[in-house]
Amino acid sequence: SRSTQKLSDGITGAFTRRKLDDAALEELEETLIAADLGTEVAARVIAAFRRTRFGREVTDEEVKTALAGEIAEILAPVARPLEIDPAHKPFVVLVVGVNGTGKTTTIGKLAQHYAEAGLRPMLVAGDTFRAAAVEQLQIWGQRTSAPVIAGAANADAAGLAFEALTRAAAEGADVVLIDTAGRLHNKSVLMEELRKIIRVIRKHDPSAPHATLLVLDATTGQNAIQQVRVFKEMVDITGLIVTKLDGSARGGIVVALAEAFGLPVHAVGVGEQAADLRPFDAEDYARGLVGT
Amino acid sequence: MFEALSDKLSGVFDRLRGRGTLGEADVAEALREVRLALLDADVALPVVRDFIARVRERAVGAEVLESVTPGQQIVKIVNDALVEQLGGAGAVPVNLNAAAPIPILMVGLQGSGKTTTAGKLGLRIQTRERRRVLLASLDTQRPAAQLQLQQLGERAGVTSLPIVAGQTPVEIARRALDTARREVFDVVILDTAGRLSIDAALMDEVRAIRDVAAPAETLLVVDAMTGQDAVNTARAFNEALGVTGIVLTRMDGDARGGAALSMRAVTGAPIKLAGTGEKLEALEDFHPERVAGRILGLGDVVGLVEKA
Ligand SMILES: Nc1nc2c(ncn2[C@@H]2O[C@H](COP(=O)(O)OP(=O)(O)OP(=O)(O)O)[C@@H](O)[C@H]2O)c(=O)[nH]1
Ligand SMILES: Nc1nc2c(ncn2[C@@H]2O[C@H](COP(=O)(O)OP(=O)(O)OP(=O)(O)O)[C@@H](O)[C@H]2O)c(=O)[nH]1
Ligand SMILES: [Mg+2]
Ligand SMILES: [Mg+2]
Repeated sequence: SRSTQKLSDGITGAFTRRKLDDAALEELEETLIAADLGTEVAARVIAAFRRTRFGREVTDEEVKTALAGEIAEILAPVARPLEIDPAHKPFVVLVVGVNGTGKTTTIGKLAQHYAEAGLRPMLVAGDTFRAAAVEQLQIWGQRTSAPVIAGAANADAAGLAFEALTRAAAEGADVVLIDTAGRLHNKSVLMEELRKIIRVIRKHDPSAPHATLLVLDATTGQNAIQQVRVFKEMVDITGLIVTKLDGSARGGIVVALAEAFGLPVHAVGVGEQAADLRPFDAEDYARGLVGT
Repeated sequence: MFEALSDKLSGVFDRLRGRGTLGEADVAEALREVRLALLDADVALPVVRDFIARVRERAVGAEVLESVTPGQQIVKIVNDALVEQLGGAGAVPVNLNAAAPIPILMVGLQGSGKTTTAGKLGLRIQTRERRRVLLASLDTQRPAAQLQLQQLGERAGVTSLPIVAGQTPVEIARRALDTARREVFDVVILDTAGRLSIDAALMDEVRAIRDVAAPAETLLVVDAMTGQDAVNTARAFNEALGVTGIVLTRMDGDARGGAALSMRAVTGAPIKLAGTGEKLEALEDFHPERVAGRILGLGDVVGLVEKA
């Protein structure tokens, strides 16, 4: 398994000192590439590392700790939780992303999180397209005791969102979490639909949505950069949530994203249950990437 | 993006213009760019290494044709090797050469597209092969997963196994096969819950399902946007179950799809189908030639050499 492999790698390499030479740096660069940082970012991180430490006698453990530190510095500025500003009542959160990344599940987790924090979340089943998407969110509503606003099958998602905001205001909800259908960023018609949802929401509250979250699957490779670029351009996303970090994928693309866009990473998903949401911790994340 | 890469490759290759055979140094320089191109297309590192070694062997000393540059020649060699690695020309069909009811098992990570593909495949087999298909969801994990497959079945006009609450996945698999025998279905598509390859309990569960169902096809459903983790997933599912075919979903996106090469290299199983949309009709045969070009970000270079 992964953990035993890590352990044995650690035992053979951890305490022997060797020179940090070209071959050793190349090996480190490959570790980063294998974690999905991308060739350019990996090369840049290693180049910075080389300037400060080349030629020294170091143990594997020291190298990895130092490298993780280097990466944590890139990630630290984006490690920012999602603050619910009570000035907006309800605080409207629109959840978007490509298909299957974990949007609906993440909404369930956020609902749980806010309910535990003493807020009243309300969920909106804005995916009126995919089979049983509404029922899926309704089950999350039951699990977290949050009300779910749903329309008829194939109903207009924008109209539903508008109606939901009216109800949320009337019923005194603190946070409204709007689920949307998964869509690939290169499909302009579907992206235009998302913009329409935002336009209609603004008829109710010109300051909404107060957060637009892109949910990203940690298994995704370099295409994540394109996803973020287009979603940012089209619907002005304000933050990211990275899911499926309980798997074998390390999610190194987040480093490239932090460098390129500087968008906050609010939280990470580490499982399929309501409690499986964690704050994004730059140091933990960096250590996970280099495998310490 | 595709053009930029193609330019970069030809930039290096053009410097090699006008020599009779490809020398070791030329090839090495060109292959450094190819290596980066493959990694940027999300081909997994160990797979890239093997691939580059193989291409180097073929390229060094190769005769350069009169009408093309050495660079174009290397691109052609790389492309051919890539097509070959992806399974050669043409598509491999889903295996339906078994005694009815033929079980087809869908497996993969969470959210990769298994349930949607099960619906699509059911529709395809029923309309194209004119065989009676039964859909069965063994997903007791994800909220409303069984309902999702049932609704897809209704949309596709394919029968789905009635939902019975409280059954385990293995029990549902047995019931699906019994029902298929009794009601004379030709094919039974068994959709399973998404699972992580490092989740030992769920990997045991899917092995138990496989033992009960004895599938004619075990299809690993993979997202075309998958990064370097493709090798881990492919290895784990293949070791646990023996994957017989791969389905690459979300090929309607703009990912370069290097995971295809990683999956194929690790499992040795052919990529049989490509998902190209959310609609039930959006399932196509997998064409190695097209995907090779997509991974390399090449358009006309290959065609150019072909004509030479
Ligand atoms: N292991 C793991 N699985 C997750 C995580 N988040 C979501 N999932 C699973 O991923 C699959 C897809 O999740 P959904 O929430 O349906 O994804 P979605 O983005 O809403 O999908 P669409 O609406 O179809 O685009 C489900 O099986 C979830 O249980 C996570 O953090 N870890
Ligand atoms: N654009 C596009 N979307 C797809 C494709 N295949 C599946 N999807 C979408 O991907 C999302 C997830 O698909 P599912 O079929 O629910 O995935 P799954 O593997 O069954 O998910 P779990 O059961 O939760 O593990 C849905 O929104 C599908 O509509 C495809 O080829 N292209
Ligand atoms: Mg959803
Ligand atoms: Mg499913």
